[in-house]
Amino acid sequence: MVRADVTSGRLVLRARVFDADDLRRAHTRIAHEIIERNHGADAVALVGLYTRGVAIARRIAAAIEAFEGTAVPVGALDVAFYRDDINLRSVQPLGPTEIPIDVSGRTVVLVDDVLYTGRTTRAALDALTELGRPRAVQLAVLIDRGHRELPIRADYVGKNLPTKTTEDVRVRLAEVDGGVDSVELWGPRDDAVEEAPE
Amino acid sequence: MKHLLAINDLTRADLEGLLDLSEDFVAITQREIPKVPALRGKVVVSLFYEDSTRTRISFETAAKRLSCDVMAFTVGSSSVSKGESLRDTVQTIAAMGIDAVVVRHRAAGTPHRIASWIDASIVNAGDGRHEHPTQALLDALTLRHHRGRDLDGLQVAIVGDIRHSRVARSNVAALTMLGADVTLVAPMTLLPESLEGWPVRVTNDLDSILPDLDVVYLLRIQQERLTEALFPSLREYTARWGLTVERAGRLRPDALVMHPGPMNRGVEIAAEVAEAPSSAIREQVTNGVAVRMAVLYTILGSGAPVAA
Repeated sequence: MVRADVTSGRLVLRARVFDADDLRRAHTRIAHEIIERNHGADAVALVGLYTRGVAIARRIAAAIEAFEGTAVPVGALDVAFYRDDINLRSVQPLGPTEIPIDVSGRTVVLVDDVLYTGRTTRAALDALTELGRPRAVQLAVLIDRGHRELPIRADYVGKNLPTKTTEDVRVRLAEVDGGVDSVELWGPRDDAVEEAPE
Repeated sequence: MKHLLAINDLTRADLEGLLDLSEDFVAITQREIPKVPALRGKVVVSLFYEDSTRTRISFETAAKRLSCDVMAFTVGSSSVSKGESLRDTVQTIAAMGIDAVVVRHRAAGTPHRIASWIDASIVNAGDGRHEHPTQALLDALTLRHHRGRDLDGLQVAIVGDIRHSRVARSNVAALTMLGADVTLVAPMTLLPESLEGWPVRVTNDLDSILPDLDVVYLLRIQQERLTEALFPSLREYTARWGLTVERAGRLRPDALVMHPGPMNRGVEIAAEVAEAPSSAIREQVTNGVAVRMAVLYTILGSGAPVAA
């Protein structure tokens, strides 16, 4: 997710974190971990957070179906109206919330591309609770970039990526952004401006 | 957007943005718990100087579904009956710390004046003969549900008391902005003194255009505003401009019948036509809550972007 507090538009590429193969391996591994941790996928539902979390949830579901033969339901969740920064910026919904099953009694795995402050996840927990009472909620993210502002951690992580708050993690998925899958770290040109570590 | 005073203040992009956002709220109103915490702590006052059931309840429902606190101001039981002026009333309410006022008043321009007196956001819920912007928004949303996002070339007739109708004024502005072709149908006495600048066609012969219409939008004959004899009798009006069962039968099978309510059944619309499957009247009311949620959310929920 692109955060607004990146200092300027003049960021430069710092590192290529994932290419398409890395990304595939990451979501494949997460799919295996979900199956392992939940002793199969029968009672699991994946709920992606707009926009890229939905695409990643679909990929994980496809991987689970390929290994286990279990078709895991995939939903899409929009958290706009549950965010805590509605008065600080223009918060607009990113897509319709569509959960094809009753979440009550299920283990719901929330899926997002980048875990950062944890505020989106907090909003997602509230949004999900309005729809039912899951048996358990777990969190899967492609990138955990640190800098949490809430007591939230992910259950499944594609990669832990230490970042500065001035940097920007850019996830590109073919079905959302076109082109080729990638994850890149961008940062300000002027490296002299260091900030205190987390 | 700070206020919603008139459709004419909006651009086509504003209008489409509000309609798109309304779709999100339609989905929320269909949930088991049709409520989101988006505007917690915001205070909305409904200030109605004119009778209303649907608009007032619709706004209050919309505000509550966004988790606003709602205060309802009723003229009959307020200090207005002790002779307090509008300005004093509004400034007193504003001093209590409020975020938005939803105003209905018999005098055109009242919402604009209130907006100049206090800091809160103002939503026009109908001002005299001027505008009723949320009605036009909910009508446009209803049309989108039946005809898709694109209303280009849609043939719409607005029939009845155009002269006294804020609904007609707002709908002409909104529907033409969205690309529809609007024809006003009324006896000459119920048309405004001047139609200069209205991007519409005008006729007093409903029967001649009936087979070409996608939408027949009937206005209420506002007997409380008709102080002079503008047509011979209600029966005469119905005979020429009412949507009778017989006239409805000459509409295209997919034509839509709309009415802003409250209806005078048997006058501008036959009871059977109002209940027929081609009638979108009940759906208009349902959509009203969603568009008012979109309006309140846009006005109260979009703080200025925070600079880094």
